[in-house]
Amino acid sequence: MIDSLSLIVVLPELLLLVMACVIAIVDLGVNSRLRGLTHWLTMATLAAVAYVCADFAMDGRTFYAFGRMTVSDPMGNWLKCFSAIALMVTLVYGRPYAADRGMLRGGELFTLSLFSLLGMFVMVSGSNFLVLYLGLEVMTLSSYALVALRRDHATSTEAAMKYFVLGAMASGFLLYGMSMLYGATGSLDINEVFRAIASGRINHQVLVFGLVFIVAGLAFKLGAAPFHMWIPDVYHGAPTAITLLIGSAPELASFGIAMRLLVEGLIPLAIDWQQMLMVLAVASLLVGNLAAIAQSNLKRMLAYSTIAQMGFVLLGLAAGVVDGSTANAQAAYSSAMFYIVTYVLTFLAAFGIILLLAREGFESEEIADLAGLNQRSPLYAGIMAICMFSLTGIPPMVGFYAKLMVLQALVAGGTVLHIGLAVFAVLASLVGAFYYLRVIKVMYFDSPITATTVSAPADVRAVLTVNGALVLVLGIVPGWLMALCTEAVLKTLAS
Amino acid sequence: MGLLSLAIWTPIVFGAVLLALGRDEQARAVRWIALVGSIVSFLVTLPLYSRFQTGTAQMQFVEKAPWIETFNINYHLGLDGLSFWFVPLTAFITVIVVISAWEAITERVNQYMAAFLILSGLMIGVFCALDAILFYVFFEATLIPMYLIIGVWGGPNKIYAAFKFFLYTLLGSLLMLVALIYLYGASGGSFDIATWHQLPLPMTAQTLLFFGFLAAFAVKVPMWPVHTWLPDVHVEAPTGGSAVLAAIMLKLGAYGFVRFSMPIAPDASREWAWFMIALSIIAIIYVGLVALVQRDMKKLVAYSSVAHMGFVTLGFFIFNPLGVSGGLVQMISHGFVSAAMFLCIGVLYDRVHSREIASYGGVVNTMPNFAAFALLFAMANSGLPATAGFVGEWMVILGTVKANFWLGLAAASALIWAPAYNLWMYKRVYLGPVSNDNVRQLTDINSREYLMLGLLALAVLYMGIHPKPFTDVMDASVANLLKHVAASKLN
Repeated sequence: MIDSLSLIVVLPELLLLVMACVIAIVDLGVNSRLRGLTHWLTMATLAAVAYVCADFAMDGRTFYAFGRMTVSDPMGNWLKCFSAIALMVTLVYGRPYAADRGMLRGGELFTLSLFSLLGMFVMVSGSNFLVLYLGLEVMTLSSYALVALRRDHATSTEAAMKYFVLGAMASGFLLYGMSMLYGATGSLDINEVFRAIASGRINHQVLVFGLVFIVAGLAFKLGAAPFHMWIPDVYHGAPTAITLLIGSAPELASFGIAMRLLVEGLIPLAIDWQQMLMVLAVASLLVGNLAAIAQSNLKRMLAYSTIAQMGFVLLGLAAGVVDGSTANAQAAYSSAMFYIVTYVLTFLAAFGIILLLAREGFESEEIADLAGLNQRSPLYAGIMAICMFSLTGIPPMVGFYAKLMVLQALVAGGTVLHIGLAVFAVLASLVGAFYYLRVIKVMYFDSPITATTVSAPADVRAVLTVNGALVLVLGIVPGWLMALCTEAVLKTLAS
Repeated sequence: MGLLSLAIWTPIVFGAVLLALGRDEQARAVRWIALVGSIVSFLVTLPLYSRFQTGTAQMQFVEKAPWIETFNINYHLGLDGLSFWFVPLTAFITVIVVISAWEAITERVNQYMAAFLILSGLMIGVFCALDAILFYVFFEATLIPMYLIIGVWGGPNKIYAAFKFFLYTLLGSLLMLVALIYLYGASGGSFDIATWHQLPLPMTAQTLLFFGFLAAFAVKVPMWPVHTWLPDVHVEAPTGGSAVLAAIMLKLGAYGFVRFSMPIAPDASREWAWFMIALSIIAIIYVGLVALVQRDMKKLVAYSSVAHMGFVTLGFFIFNPLGVSGGLVQMISHGFVSAAMFLCIGVLYDRVHSREIASYGGVVNTMPNFAAFALLFAMANSGLPATAGFVGEWMVILGTVKANFWLGLAAASALIWAPAYNLWMYKRVYLGPVSNDNVRQLTDINSREYLMLGLLALAVLYMGIHPKPFTDVMDASVANLLKHVAASKLN
């Protein structure tokens, strides 16, 4: 069963696993404050992994490995590539912050985040229920530990507890749903499950029962209302560097697992899960946007805004099958993919600014802490403003095209329900505009509380500038990323 | 690179350079670069006039390149008689605004100037775009610099005004976005506006589209009753912001009617013309009366803008050549006159720091040159013959009378309201004996202000005395538009 092709297909995962172990050992000999060697080794690993994934993705072919346990296709490989890059960016932004707070006393931050990424990779490339579940657990277990990294810090440990309990429950839901589908279809293999369901010989009620649990589990992971309760607490409680870590790359992986389970495995049941996703989407847009208005804490506000943004992703996923026809599927799923990729890009830059403003012994978490940032540092204020406008969906930021693609996919659905949802989404994002604008208002219109200028290490400054510029540049030339997502989804659907 | 791209990107590039310049120690250099940038971008628009061919409704200076191929979105630019004049107008007003801010703005000068230059490029983009998404991108992107202009350099209640401006106009545009996406589907995957003009559409779809567009454009114009954001914003915005808002940004909405609503949904436009006409008449009469009782000069001019824009929408929905061209001419003349009115208020505000009419009186005694300019602009705002303000209003009234005498009469009543509020304000601010110490200490306008007001005065008089160059450019396109509107798209 273990042939050479299989080993090549999982090359990125192997590379990650081996290097995570090597780095853990190497780290024993490192005792610099910023853990220079460990850091650069991690960066090199991630860069190599991202390169390999991108290379596989551009090859464009789909391979199954280990007896169809895992799959390597363009969508999965692009998601993996972007996750690795997101983690690199996260670690660049987070390193000074983590060092100031004693989170780098051991090298756990690096090894745990590599393991977490390994979990994401397995999640994205699983073609079997158990592999998917395995990946999910590897990712979340590492994340729990990461949130608790400041073990002497009360809010962090509290957040870790909440995350653990709710995360375990979500995993339980997902596993329960998988087991029911296994019971009904007799297979754990996604393609087998698909064929069994498509044959139409299986009791619909049992399937839907399992489906409900799967959707609930996914909704937990994606942070869709009403399964969103953990998001604000965990985002708020976790050290900011870790918030960035669990809020960026894992979103890509959650999208990947949703695509594998719902689209590749359960698309014959699309009528059922699309309805659930629509309800979740409406709830997320409503809860996320309304609750975000009331927040004075920037991290909490962005947490609620994540919930609202996930509503858009779900709308994209929910527009794929109309009246049993999959003509709209490619447009719908690629819009969701484009949305989540650009969302992660924007989220990284926004949290990068928050991390930058946090100093030793001082967390820059309140929205008011940004007061007058434009006078203190026009560059960083500009980057933050670009992010906020992007999240609002104002052109020429990339967020606009993400919303445009989702709305386009919805309207192409053509029914009154679809157009109604599009109008609702539009009105909800108007509410969103209010709190995003408030951040810009604080930065540009209010006078600064302190006169200190913001300084950043050269690498942070460079990456942050590129990251912010990308949000704008991708808004001016979004074509290639759109084409990439469309192409990736097309190839995945075709296989 | 085509002329239109040059007109759009020159100010944006200059704006970006200014942003990179940074601190206020370089304010002097910043001002000069901004001035040079705005003048260059105005000069770039001049060859457009010499090369523009009148007598054809064809799009000219067309540029087309694929932009987002996944969605068949193109970078597609062009000008016709409907949009032509707004390009040089925008660039011209930007030059004036840069001059007006020379001394008034001392804080974060580079960001202020950059915001106006970028805004200028974006607005020119709106008038040139022939692709709906390109149009939408420019249309929406104008919100960003304007929001910052109001919020950073505005008055005491600026934050409220900035939010109100942004959220009101965003709501309208988002509904338009859904309409655009619907049309994309209905046309089989095209965002080309000209293609949409040919598209047959059932009545329900047309009605929904018409109101989708109305949401965006009525707020932007602004039409009664969604005009309430405008006075608030004008009062808080800095002088330059008010001038650009009144002179150009309001036109983006009115322009939308002739580019989108009327040709794409002609049956719905005819069906709902009574509604549009009713709103326009209310704007002309009721808002004109509201202007009469204002104590704040900026508010007065803001309400007068709403009333004057009422003529524009009235002219459009009368559906005869006089009315439509009149509406367009009114848009251009209002661009000059409203900018001039706000800049005059700015001149006073810079000296006395009050916009209350009651704080002034007898200004003519201390600032005779300035008072002469102010009188000219007040007259133009009242629609005095031989000034720009007269031409458009007169054409619209004539067009309306042709369609319906009583409507024409109602519209013509503006010739009573407008002089009433303008002259009464003029009397209270400028005439009579010097009323207080503030006025006694006023100094007359300096050469910079002379230049700025003089340029506008020339434009106002030229357009009033010799409007032919303005109407000549439009005629063919207006005729073509009306042909479109007259033909039913049903079946």
